[in-house]
Order: sequence, then structure tokens, then C-alpha cells
Amino acid sequence: MGVRILAVLALGVVLGFAFNTNATAAEKLVNYMVKDGAIAKSLTGKPGDAAKGRKVAIDRKKGNCLACHKMPIPEQSFHGEVGPDLAGVGGRLSAGQIRLRIVDPERLGADSIMPPFYKLAGLHGVLKKFKGKTIISASDVEDLVAYMMTLK
Amino acid sequence: MKKQFQGILMGAAVAVGLSSFAGIAISAEKMVYKSGDRNSGYTYATKETQAIQDDDLGNPAYIYVDDGAALWSKVDGKAGKSCATCHGVESAMLSDLATRYPVYNAKLGKMQNIEQKINQEREEKMGAKPYKWESGQMLALTIYMRNQSRGKPMNVSIDGPAVPFFEAGKKYFDQRRGQLDMSCKNCHEYYAGNRIRANMLTEAQSNGFPTYRLKWQKPGSLHRRFRGCNSTVRAQPLAYGSDEYVNLELYVAWRGRGLSVEAPSVRN
Ligand code: HEC
Ligand code: HEC
Repeated sequence: MGVRILAVLALGVVLGFAFNTNATAAEKLVNYMVKDGAIAKSLTGKPGDAAKGRKVAIDRKKGNCLACHKMPIPEQSFHGEVGPDLAGVGGRLSAGQIRLRIVDPERLGADSIMPPFYKLAGLHGVLKKFKGKTIISASDVEDLVAYMMTLK
Repeated sequence: MKKQFQGILMGAAVAVGLSSFAGIAISAEKMVYKSGDRNSGYTYATKETQAIQDDDLGNPAYIYVDDGAALWSKVDGKAGKSCATCHGVESAMLSDLATRYPVYNAKLGKMQNIEQKINQEREEKMGAKPYKWESGQMLALTIYMRNQSRGKPMNVSIDGPAVPFFEAGKKYFDQRRGQLDMSCKNCHEYYAGNRIRANMLTEAQSNGFPTYRLKWQKPGSLHRRFRGCNSTVRAQPLAYGSDEYVNLELYVAWRGRGLSVEAPSVRN
């Protein structure tokens, strides 16, 4: 789905006309714009909380980022090795680039294994209890972005 | 992509014990754990886990081989027959059965796997009740039957009538699914040899099934594994023996062509 279509869809929902079967689900998604491989604006309109973000990254029911990434979180054992080491990621990428990567990595074009943490469209066979729900909330995304930006 | 040391001959030094009566003694040297670019889950397992598999006396799934042999000869159902009544106690048919299944069944017009074949024979030939999937009896009989093909190369047919089912299985394997939006391929082709948290990802080979998983403390069928992997990515698991899973089983078996049947294997 193109950037514009997504934005238009979300806008349609905001304006209250449901023209898509996903509309109820889409209602829950905060509208965002993708430009130049980044989502520049905070999904909540506010900066996130880095300390909370660190917890989201550890939490197996939320980010569980440690499943795939090595991170400077020494008190946790068994960091995964599927993704790149995230130490220093805040120096390599902008907050907007990290935000898009967390929200919907597939938009970066790559055939990425990283889950889209804030996405509802285009998923297949989702377990009933997770249907219409994103993996994490918009404020979790912002907390993670804030935390990542401390990793320099 | 990291590849572990390919433990082809790793088990060679370990004397392989004879199972009490049902197992066929296969020396570890004969086992093929690598065929072309395909590697058995065995090659990714720790040395300790490999050693448990290499020793039939230490392999906790081996009692199922004996139990399964007993079931093979046990009369059950209205017709007063056992598998052995028709096939003999030592059936030559079993020597490569695990390498060939699932097979196309013309009557059903689709693929059929060993568990389904067992239940078809029980109902139609023996007048007996089908076994439940994952029941001790089903696991024992499938482990016994597959174990008779141990050491033989996986060699399913994907030609002729099997073609559309093979294609469907491949499609399922490649399709992202679940809230985490990952495909079998994502984990088991792109990242085999890497750890997801504490778990070493392997190539999702089916040659060892039913496999004794140390985490399960019990042997489990391939379809149990499929259900587990579906749940991991928060996707709806399908029913045991569903058409989709049998097609997936065919595709996965083909991916592992040439690897030795290991049943019952031991995995972390
Ligand atoms: C299932 C595996 C997996 C999980 C879980 C995962 N990632 Fe990733 N991540 C990857 C991979 C693989 C890459 C490399 C690029 C690619 O292939 O998409 C990556 C790349 C990244 C990058 C870019 C790093 C760089 O240096 O370019 C960031 C930032 C990131 N991930 C953050 C996260 C955060 C935050 C979470 C948890 C909310 C997370 N990841 C969870 C697999 C994962
Ligand atoms: C999130 C990652 C992930 C996904 C996606 C996934 N699996 Fe797995 N799978 C695992 C892990 C972890 C294991 C245990 C370690 C291993 O054997 O790879 C496993 C094990 C297996 C095994 C056992 C291999 C052996 O030697 O015992 C098979 C077969 C398998 N998976 C098939 C599949 C299929 C088919 C799919 C898609 C329906 C799938 N997996 C999707 C993570 C995954």
C-alpha cells in the first residue's frame, strides 16, 4: 500500500466514512507519513520515555527486540543474533528512520524478517486474539525510539 | 549466515547401542546429515544432544519404538486383525516408507501422510477406531514405522499428481503470516544457524520426526511442530492432518531430500 493510500485511508476514518473493511481496525492506527525512509513525526505527538522504551525492548510480550538483536542490556542473557547489534544505532540512524523501521520495516523495501510492530494491513492468518491489534502501541513505539536515540 | 561445524561424522565415535528388540542397528557412520546444501537439524544441535540421539539406549524416545512394534502386531478392531496380519511382523514395505511419505492417494484425490495412512488402515481394514493425533499410540506406531527406514535418504515424489500439492506446500512455507508477519522461510532459510534468543534456528528439516524435544520432554509429530511455529508468530495454528499441513509436510520433506531418516531424533 502506497504512502498516500495509507494516509488517505486513515484520513477517511478520521472524517468518519468507512470505505474499507479494515476501517474499524484502521481506526486504531495513528495516521503517519512516510518520507525519505523515515516517519519524521512522533506517533503520539510527544517525545517518548527512554527508560520505558528499554523495558519494552526487553518485554517478551511487547518488543522482545532481544530475541533478534544484541543490545547494551547486560542483565538479560541470550541476546539474539538475527538482526544487527543495536549498540550505537542512535548514532547511525535518525529518530524518524528508527520509527519507520519499528512501525513497518517492509516499507524499506527489503524482504525483512523484522516484524512490523505497528501495522494492521496485509497480515495473514493472525491468531484471533491478536486480530486488529498492533504488536505494540503508538506510545510504546515512541518510548522505543527515545531509548534507541540514547544508544550512541 | 553462520554455519556450525557440520557434524557428519560426529557420531561415528559413539558406539550405537542396539534397541531392546525393535530397532534396527544402524551405525552412525551410515547416517547422512548433510546432502548438497541441506543440513539436518542434527548438525545444529549441541554435542550433548547429538550424543543422546546417537545412543539408542539413552534416547528417551526409544521406548516408543518398542511400544510401536507391539502395536504393529496387536490385534484390534472388529476384523480381528493387526498390521502384522497383512504386512508380516517384519515388513519389507517399512524399509523405505518414511522416505516416501506423504504420497498421493488417488482415492482421496490428495496427499496422505503416515498418520493418516495408519488411521485409514485401522478404519477400513481393521474395523478399529482411529488413533488421536499426538496420542501415545499414534506416536509409538509412527516412531516404530519411521524408525524402520532409519538411515535411508528422504525421497518424496513431487511429480505427476503431487505437483499442485507440492506447489501449495511451498506457497505456505514462503507466505508471511501471523501478527509477527514471518514466513517459515524467513526463519529457516534466511537465518538458519543464528540464534533467536536462546534457540538456534535450523533449516526446518523433517527427517527426524517424530522428534523427542528436550523442551517438550516427549516426542512430538511434525504437525505439532508446525502448530508451535505458527503460534510463535501469533498465527492461527491449523488442525493436525489438515490439507495445508500435509502439503507443507510434502514440501518440507522435499527440501530435505537425501538426508537420512533419523526417527526418532532428539532436538533441543
Ligand atoms: C525477528 C527478528 C527481529 C526482531 C524481533 C526485531 N528485529 Fe530489528 N532487525 C532485524 C533484522 C534482521 C534487521 C536488519 C535489517 C533487516 O533485515 O530488516 C533489523 C534492523 C533493525 C534496526 C536497524 C539497525 C541498523 O543498524 O540499521 C533497528 C533500529 C531495529 N532493528 C530495531 C528493533 C527494535 C526496536 C525491535 C523491537 C521492538 C526489533 N528491532 C525487533 C530483526 C529483528
Ligand atoms: C520466529 C521464527 C520461526 C518461524 C517463522 C518458524 N519457525 Fe520453525 N522453528 C523455530 C525454532 C526456534 C525452532 C527450534 C529450533 C530449530 O529446530 O530450528 C523451529 C523448529 C522447526 C522444525 C524442527 C526442525 C528439527 O530438526 O527438529 C521444523 C520442521 C520447523 N520449525 C518448521 C517450520 C515451518 C514449516 C514454519 C512455517 C509454518 C516455521 N517452522 C516457522 C522458529 C520458527
